[in-house]
Formats: sequence, structure tokens, C-alpha cells
Amino acid sequence: MAINADTSQAERLDPGRAAAYDLPDATGHFGPYGGLFVPETLMHPLEELRLAYERCKADPEFQAEMDADLRDYVGRPSPLYHAERWSRELGGAQIYLKREDLNHTGAHKVNNTIGQALLAKRMGKTRIIAETGAGQHGVASATVAARLGLECVVYMGEVDVARQEANVYRMRLLGAKVVPVTSGSRTLKDALNEAMRDWVTNIDDTFYIIGTVAGPHPYPMMVRDFQTVIGREARAQMLERTGRLPDALVACVGGGSNAIGLFHPFIADTDVAIYGVEAGGEGVETGHHAAPLCAGRPGVLHGNRTYLMEDDNGQIIETHSISAGLDYPGVGPEHAWLKDSGRARYVSITDDEALAAFHHLTRTEGIIPALESSHALAYAHKLAPTLRPDQSVLVNLSGRGDKDMHTVARHDGLVL
Amino acid sequence: MSRIAQRFEQLKAQGRTALVPFVTAGDPGPATTVPLMHAMVAAGADIIELGVPFSDPMADGPVIQRATERALAQGVRLADVLEMVRAFRERDSETPVVLMGYLNPIEIMGYAAFAERAQAAGVDGALIVDVPPEEGHELVTTLKAQGLDLVYLLAPTSTDDRIKRIGGVASGFVYYVSVKGVTGAANLDTADVAEHLARIRSAVELPVGVGFGIRDAETAARVAEVADAVIVGSAIVGRIEALAETPERIPETVAAFLAELRTAIDGAR
Repeated sequence: MAINADTSQAERLDPGRAAAYDLPDATGHFGPYGGLFVPETLMHPLEELRLAYERCKADPEFQAEMDADLRDYVGRPSPLYHAERWSRELGGAQIYLKREDLNHTGAHKVNNTIGQALLAKRMGKTRIIAETGAGQHGVASATVAARLGLECVVYMGEVDVARQEANVYRMRLLGAKVVPVTSGSRTLKDALNEAMRDWVTNIDDTFYIIGTVAGPHPYPMMVRDFQTVIGREARAQMLERTGRLPDALVACVGGGSNAIGLFHPFIADTDVAIYGVEAGGEGVETGHHAAPLCAGRPGVLHGNRTYLMEDDNGQIIETHSISAGLDYPGVGPEHAWLKDSGRARYVSITDDEALAAFHHLTRTEGIIPALESSHALAYAHKLAPTLRPDQSVLVNLSGRGDKDMHTVARHDGLVL
Repeated sequence: MSRIAQRFEQLKAQGRTALVPFVTAGDPGPATTVPLMHAMVAAGADIIELGVPFSDPMADGPVIQRATERALAQGVRLADVLEMVRAFRERDSETPVVLMGYLNPIEIMGYAAFAERAQAAGVDGALIVDVPPEEGHELVTTLKAQGLDLVYLLAPTSTDDRIKRIGGVASGFVYYVSVKGVTGAANLDTADVAEHLARIRSAVELPVGVGFGIRDAETAARVAEVADAVIVGSAIVGRIEALAETPERIPETVAAFLAELRTAIDGAR
């Protein structure tokens, strides 16, 4: 293992040469991270997937179909909203929200499932599988499967099935089969294991739609590419609205797909500070959190090398976050690389801070955010006052909070 | 010559197919494993595969997943598995032992430290399920420096190019995964296996073991007709699970099953 040893790529991320950023390399690596750590049975299918994706990426017809779906079905471009009242109250930078919460199905997840489902169709696959934690990616997968008439099976940890009942019902309404996973910690990481097992067994007719920028190559690259529509739109919208780029970007990071989608088109803009916000749970110092970049170390899980929450023996440990969508012991390998290179900074926000931000945005701007996105909002709440009013902070409001009503009510001592 | 290569030479000279049982180290408890290894050798095992418990065994079916969970619940880690091999070697210096598992516990220990400790304990090789040749260069080099073999998987989805490439970097033997699926799968097709093995043998000089989906004497005998080694995992681990409450009965029960497989395999050629 050669963490930090690849100086040639470290140089490529040097601010003066940032325009050269072109990762992953041909073998799917972001410096020492990423790669293809899967059983042999999956190696050739992943190569076929990579080739099919490269073909679609270069195919104007595929891109046109995707753009039309994003416009007419998802509702893109998503608005850029100036949170004026909140900004005024904090007295610092102007806060802008990229409204991914207004997408069809309520979060950024659908940007990726639209792309992967079109790819599945092109590859002649008739069955799609997905893993889900909070249920957002499961719903987004079930949605596109219903629309394209594909069979859909969603793996979900038994614990998550119990705490995200409404999303389970939504998936079933959409015609998906939801399979509760009873192995391991019975949460998202185990759902991913089970989806991998299904895929290896049904490789001929099945397409595995991974919901985040993790997993074996080409997934981290492909999911990122589908999600960069967020950053490309936001960059143009900020330039149009304010005449300049934002001073800082803020997004929450579980696996990290909404964050990389926002960050990637700005990587070469080295004057733009980048902040990824992990789930601090009960506090990073308590050990009860889901912040591998802030408090973990590099290892190999789910097909890629990245930062992980693990013990001294290399066993993956259980994570904690109030937000099921951030409750994952790994993180996309490109974030691991952006952290080591110093281009992005990763911070953490506790459950309590995220809840406070949830309530604050709701009362100040009339927008109910997802608990995942509330982590980014909570960090923006700290960051904005350190900047001047003529500066700006762009926050990815990655999803809406409808799914979190029960969780928040329970915290307030209510049962809905 | 490595202990694994030596063992295959002997078997070849005798015209026999290897019987390779797999058990998860520390299942259902750490005290079971070493006596079980000796009992398996006495019943006709030629090589032993010892599973290293990992929290996220994505290539394993439910039977081995549960074995892993039992071992982890008893606190069995990579260092403990190496200690079990060392204890086994006190009475058996001939039977090759191959560790089978996932990369992350080795990654944390460090490749060089793992290779040294494994060699010192008497391990002969490792099969790391989530390390294809594309990611295996550093590991294979480090293991080879300590005289350890790195056994690679081949699968029904492996192309001719991949088979050739893997044959070039593997050592000891190659492990053909007989079905698209996880360990303990039910749908073994022996005609299909024979066809794939012919393809593999035209490109790979190493002995070829076949595993996944061999559940009884009959499937073992059919696979033995075409393979150099018959690898049996879930069918054994399932028997261990059934006796988890009476672990003292595990060695004799597993030995009886292996004796049955041994007879069937030897009768097949």
C-alpha cells in the first residue's frame, strides 16, 4: 500500500496545475484510492460496464436522451436560491442553496439513477438491483425501473426497513421488491454486501445501480459524472446571478455523491474553498459517528480503497448518525484523494447541530431540508459569519425533509 | 519447492485428486479449530483452507457468513488465526494450509508484516477473494519474498485473456469458482465445469482446484473426474453450525463426512 507516495499526482493537484485534474486514471485509481477490489467473477462484467459507459458518454444520442429526462422528468435545472433572510441574520457571506430537494423523488439521487437505468437499457439488462440506507436511492431506483418497465429489487438493512417505513412503502408502490437484509449490522453496508452477492449470482441479466460514488471502478467515476450536473448548473447560475464564483462550497458527505457532484466542476477553481461535512453523530470524540475522513483510516471495502471506520484488526465497525443516508463506514475514493491532496477540507457536524439547522432553515426560509443536507447547512451556519457580506457560500441542499418527519418528531418527544 | 507444489506432485504421482476442506477459523469457538484441522487430515484432507473472519464477506453465502459472525463474536482476528496455524504445525509439518479471506485485515496489519508472520506460523499460501491480479502486484511480490503462494480465483466469466494473465501470476494452484454466485450455491453444472476446465488447462500450467457448490459425495466425485483438487466449504461449515452447541462432536462428524468424500473422489479416477 502506498498512501501519499504518488507524488506525480500530488503535483497535478498543486493549485497552479489544478486545471490538469483528470482522475481517476485508466485503472480507476485516485492516487492510492479507488481501484477494483472485487472477486474474479465481477471483473469481466465491470470491464463490460466500463466500455458500455465510455460508449454512451461519447454518444450524443445517449446524452440527448439523458438531458431530456433530466429536464422533463426530474425537473432540471434545479433552482439556485439566495437565502437572504438567513444570510442577513448571520451577518456574513451570502448563502445560496442549490435546490436538489426540488427534484422528482425529493433528492439528488435521481440524477444518477436516470443515467444508470438508461445505460442498463442500452446494455440489454432486464433486471436492476440497488442498495439503500434511508431509502432515497431505493426510491429513485424503483422510480426509474417503473418508468422503463424493468424488474427492480432493492436491498435494505432490516434496521433501516424498520426506521424508514414510509420509503419502503413508496418502493413497493412503485413495484419494487424490497428485501430486508439480516446479516452483519443489518444496515446500509450489509445491504451493499447483499446487492453484490445478488449481482455476482445474476450477472447475465442484472444491472447493479450503486447509489453513491463508491464501489469498484467505474462506479465512482460514473456516478460522479452523472451527478456533476449539480455543479455545472450551480457554477453557471452563480456566475449569472452574482457575476463571480462562490467563495466556498459546502455539501454533506456520506458516500459523497451529492458532494462530488457539486465539487467536481469547481476543482480547477482554486480560489473556491471546498468543505465536505461528515456525520459527527454524538461527537467524533465519542466514537459514535460516521466520519471516516475526519476520524478513520485507509482500508479496502466494497470494491475500493478509501478511508474507513474500522478497528485495529481491520474489521469494519458500526457507525452512528441521526441521518440514515450518512450512516455508512466508508466514503467515495475521490473524497479520500481530495482530502489527502488538501483541495477539499472535511469537517463534521453532530446530530444535535444538524437538528438545530433543520429547524432553523425551516423557520427562517420556509424550506424543510433532509437531515443529511442539514449537516451541510449547520456547517454553513458556522462558516458564513467568518466571511464578508460581499462574499458567498454555496450549499448543496441535497434533499427534502419529508422522509424525516418521524425522526425529528421522535427527537422532539412526539409520535406521529 | 513449496509445500503446496510438493503436495500436488505427490498426488499426481499417485493418480489422485486433492481433497481440500474449508473451515472458518474460530467457528464456533477458537478451541475447535486446531483439533478439527488434525481430524480433517486424518480423514483424508490433502490441503486445508482456513477462512479468516471479516465483518463484510461479500463473496460468501449465508452459511459462511454466519460462521464468520460466530467467529467474530468470539473475538477471532487475523493474529489469532496465525496462532492457530502455528499450533497446528506443532504436530503436522506436512499438510499445506492456505488462508482464505478478504484484504482489509491484511491491509491493516501491513503486507510485509503479514507475510513474515504468516511464514513464521507455517502458512503456505493465501487466497484473498477481493484481490484480482490488477490490484495484487504488491501483495504477490511481498508474499513471494517469504516463499508464500498467492492463489487466485478464476470464474465462469473469466475471458481467455484473463485466464492467461492469472495463470501467469498465480502460484500454488488456481481456484476455479464453478458457478456464478456466492459460496454454498446450489446449481453446479459438471458438464459446464469440464468445459471451462479444458479452456483453463490450455492456458494455465498450475493445478486447478474447483470449489463453490460441491455439497456431497456425488458432486465431489463428478468434479474429481476433471479437477486436480475438490474444494468443499459450505457443506462442512453447515455441519459445524448444526453442532455449534456441542462443539466436542464437530471433529468426528466432519471427519466422517470427509471420509465419505475421500472415498467418492478416489473412486472417480
